Amino acid sequence: MKPYLRDHTPVLLSEIPDAPSYEAGFLVSKNAGWRSTRPVIDTEKCTGCLMCYLHCPEGVIYKAGGKVAVDYDFCKGCGICVRICRAGAIETEAER
Amino acid sequence: MSINVRDLNESEFFYGHKACAGCGGSLAVRIALKVLGERSVAVLPAGCMSAVGFNFPQLCFANNAIISTFAGTASMLTGIEAGLRAKGVSDFHAVGFAGDGGTADIGLQALSGAIDRNDNIIYICYDNEAYMNTGIQKSSLTPFGARTTTTPAGKNIRGNVKDKKNMFEIVAAHGIPYAATASIGYMNDFMNKVDKASRIHGTKYIHVMAPCPTGWGHEPCETVEIAKEAVDCGLWYLAEYEDSEYILNRNVKDFTDISQYLRKQSRFRHLRDEDIEYITKSRDAKWNEIRTKYKTV
Repeated sequence: MKPYLRDHTPVLLSEIPDAPSYEAGFLVSKNAGWRSTRPVIDTEKCTGCLMCYLHCPEGVIYKAGGKVAVDYDFCKGCGICVRICRAGAIETEAER
Repeated sequence: MSINVRDLNESEFFYGHKACAGCGGSLAVRIALKVLGERSVAVLPAGCMSAVGFNFPQLCFANNAIISTFAGTASMLTGIEAGLRAKGVSDFHAVGFAGDGGTADIGLQALSGAIDRNDNIIYICYDNEAYMNTGIQKSSLTPFGARTTTTPAGKNIRGNVKDKKNMFEIVAAHGIPYAATASIGYMNDFMNKVDKASRIHGTKYIHVMAPCPTGWGHEPCETVEIAKEAVDCGLWYLAEYEDSEYILNRNVKDFTDISQYLRKQSRFRHLRDEDIEYITKSRDAKWNEIRTKYKTV
């Protein structure tokens, strides 16, 4: 479970609750546009040590079949995962 | 029983936020919430984490979370804990995430009051050593020599002229049930301190060092390394306070080079050799005190 991107952004007043509270984990915009480089995981080299998963400030690295994968919708391309990876399994690639 | 990355909760409770790339504070919040779980009510005062987590209608917390007044993190935690207890709810954690300014300057009175009442709350201070989201102004946890917009580096005065306040010992002096210092560079230590705090009754305080690439002036990819280096060079230390006793968790025998740590950050780039000498001397004095006062393990 994690907050997920909604397909509809509330715009009308009637879509916003009267109470000063709102649904938790309500995402309407991606962070992908912040990125100039993207981390790419080499699943051959990945040992599944999960250090990148543990140190990602965004939490966009998730477990996938004993290895890891990246949610590129919200990755900001900070590169912490590239530095922390002891197996050298994460490469930086320029965004077009 | 210690927790590690393999048995960490797989859910994400702080996701899609608008923090700068490589933000140390958001990493501390994310990991603490993963340890505490979804039955935690988070309180965030004015500061980076409320600014990046609640951009209506983008709400990035998956658990209950609320913004408090700048000064009122601890008092709101008190209220949440008392309110839920009155409703008969018991399986929850009231946890606050305040920055260094919201803890050591503006929120100190409320925190002191909560510790005095020994309310059953967890207070986590993510220390990025200045008021970062308003544009890097000095707080009382800004270290000596650091350049901020309110302590600029010029010809006569080179950055902050005051030393960093020791918030951990101030909190411990209240006789709090549990207080600890941590760093995002030593993640296992931090996770286990949060886990330990969640099992103790009474007020718990964790002070976690969280570098800020924007304010400190280092590359976003270096955040974790810089946090680790701060501990290795002796300018930050990992300790606990429990049962009226100080415990040093990591007794660093050989410090790494302080100037190497400082030179990586643009906020210290103006420092002269005599300033680094002063920083080294204060570090050695502090560690002499630590080694006599703290129990080493």
